[in-house]
Amino acid sequence: MANANEVKAKTSSAPAPPLTAMAVAAPVAGWLIPGAGHIIQKRWIRGLLLMLAVVVLFIFGLGMQGKVYAFNTGDLLDILGFLGDLGTGLLYVAARSMDWGQGAVHRATADYGTKFIIVAGLLNIVSAVDAYHIASGKKP
Amino acid sequence: MTMELSHFTAALLFALCASVVFGITQRNTTREMLRYGAYCFVLFVGGVIVAGWAMWLIKR
Repeated sequence: MANANEVKAKTSSAPAPPLTAMAVAAPVAGWLIPGAGHIIQKRWIRGLLLMLAVVVLFIFGLGMQGKVYAFNTGDLLDILGFLGDLGTGLLYVAARSMDWGQGAVHRATADYGTKFIIVAGLLNIVSAVDAYHIASGKKP
Repeated sequence: MTMELSHFTAALLFALCASVVFGITQRNTTREMLRYGAYCFVLFVGGVIVAGWAMWLIKR
């Protein structure tokens, strides 16, 4: 019990990371353009690899006739799909404005494509959070 | 533009991209990133193969 209290005291007394301009800009840039949060902090290779991973998943998802969800208040899974897709940032905006990702229910692989697009968004959010951790000094 | 991927190819592509992101974001040093990315990739692909054999056994 003493150990638990010590751990709690240590974690609560840890100073909050400073809110710098980079700590705000990096996750926002990383969300809008995959990998950009790392690139603007001069983590070139990490940023390019993250960009490649997210963009490849997104493009293959569209190529497999996956569905890009629009904003909706209907089925819970559709709402979650929209939130996942939104994670791709400007890729989502581009897909919606170009009317890509209508989905093809008659194709078995289209469902994989839909999942690829959602996972691309979720991975991009993970990348943006990582960019924030680097900017705030929590991660080298 | 339509892409025709087999189930296994799609799983490999998914595993590769997810492993790259996990490796970079979940570890601090380059060496640890490479090791963790490879570990995730092996787990993803291994999981696919195990699940495939499990479904084959269930079907019989």
